[in-house]
Amino acid sequence: MDFAAMADYLPLFEQAMWLTLRIGWVGILGSLAIGLVVAVITHFKIPVLYQVARVYIELFRNTPLLIQLFFMYFALPRVGVPITAEACGMLGLALLGGAYMAETFRSGLEAVDPIQTESALSLGMTPAQVMRYITLPQAVSLSIQSFVANIIFLLKETSVFSAISLMDLMFVAKDLIGLYYKTTECLVMLVVFYLIIILPVSILGSVAERKLRYGAFGS
Amino acid sequence: MSGEREIVLRIEDLKKAYGDNVVIDGLNLEVRAGEVIVVIGPSGCGKSTLLRCINALEDIQGGRILLEGQEVDGKSKNIAQIRQKLGMVFQSYDLFPHKTIIDNVTLSPIKVQKRPKDEAVAEAEALLDRVGLLDKRDDYPRQLSGGQKQRVAIARALAMKPEIMLLDEITAALDPEMVHEVLDVILDLAREGKTMIIVTHEMSFARAVADRVIFLEGGHIVEEGIPEQFFDHPKTERAREFLHTFEFAAVRSHTE
Repeated sequence: MDFAAMADYLPLFEQAMWLTLRIGWVGILGSLAIGLVVAVITHFKIPVLYQVARVYIELFRNTPLLIQLFFMYFALPRVGVPITAEACGMLGLALLGGAYMAETFRSGLEAVDPIQTESALSLGMTPAQVMRYITLPQAVSLSIQSFVANIIFLLKETSVFSAISLMDLMFVAKDLIGLYYKTTECLVMLVVFYLIIILPVSILGSVAERKLRYGAFGS
Repeated sequence: MSGEREIVLRIEDLKKAYGDNVVIDGLNLEVRAGEVIVVIGPSGCGKSTLLRCINALEDIQGGRILLEGQEVDGKSKNIAQIRQKLGMVFQSYDLFPHKTIIDNVTLSPIKVQKRPKDEAVAEAEALLDRVGLLDKRDDYPRQLSGGQKQRVAIARALAMKPEIMLLDEITAALDPEMVHEVLDVILDLAREGKTMIIVTHEMSFARAVADRVIFLEGGHIVEEGIPEQFFDHPKTERAREFLHTFEFAAVRSHTE
């Protein structure tokens, strides 16, 4: 193992990590926002929007992210929608994640006992208040495991971003391997950097799960 | 005493059906302020459905329900405001599991009635004290027994200062030794003059608490009267048979 070379590569990997984190962060927040809206639409079966939401979910869950990214990156500018690679990465992640998050939110909403809604309504809450104060918090705590799994999945999916010339971790690793043939070193660094990104999410996730479980379960 | 009081709830020719299955068929009822009405009847007679209709948790197929002259209609815009006047307590422990006991009680006063937080908390504490659970204020529902949870649910409903309490078999899911602690709270409310409609299977409690007993079967009121008359000298054969099943059950549980 050539540690000197690895030290040389370090700044490049670090830079790439920040790019991955930046896109990942925005993409995940976007996916949560999209997921929440889509889940509420499917939960209440709002006409027309419900059909649109179902098509969206099936389309994005059943096609590879790589294809979605290619489509956005190469096809959108052709129809007059200019988009940078970074924005494309964020949007792609948000749309892919949104479809998964929507299903997670929805199954969480369905898992909340209907009597909770009824007792909240009978306390004079409007349906919107019931959703905000009663159903949604319980849905999130019921499905926290799936949320964490989705976030980890999305962070891992960022590794295809190099395909649309984003200089993320994968891109840097492949680039350096191509230039200097330090394959093992680069791959080890790649693994380490992904762990640096994802491991804290896993750990925070299980902490959150334990905390929420304490508050919300076993009624 | 109830003769001169104003009518708070009026049910006119209420009809409720699930498809072809008619559950309530032309029911009329007037409830006066301060009156405690106990609804009894065999299972499936429409007791719980009646309470759920009053609270607009079920849509109705005919007739109307007037609370202080205002129509209770699940589709109307002001239904949430009307429901604030109706304090419902369900059979199953329906506390919000993600909220502490004090938050369970204060949530609606603060968020729905927009009352100042410190005022709502002080009132909630007084109510929790009243049901003997002030020491549980910061616990979560899962840390409480069934009877304790049900007492919190009563306090939570009372915190909205409802005109009428609707109690739907609130002890049916409790262990026998917990029934008393819950019913004592209700007896206390009755003494205080709270208007209540109570669905129950606890006959001795019904006798103790009721101003008027309503015997429901097949979606109709088959018989109604003051508890002494209803329990000791039921007029209808059906009511006699029904009350007899409870005596039989009582004899069996002695011999077990």
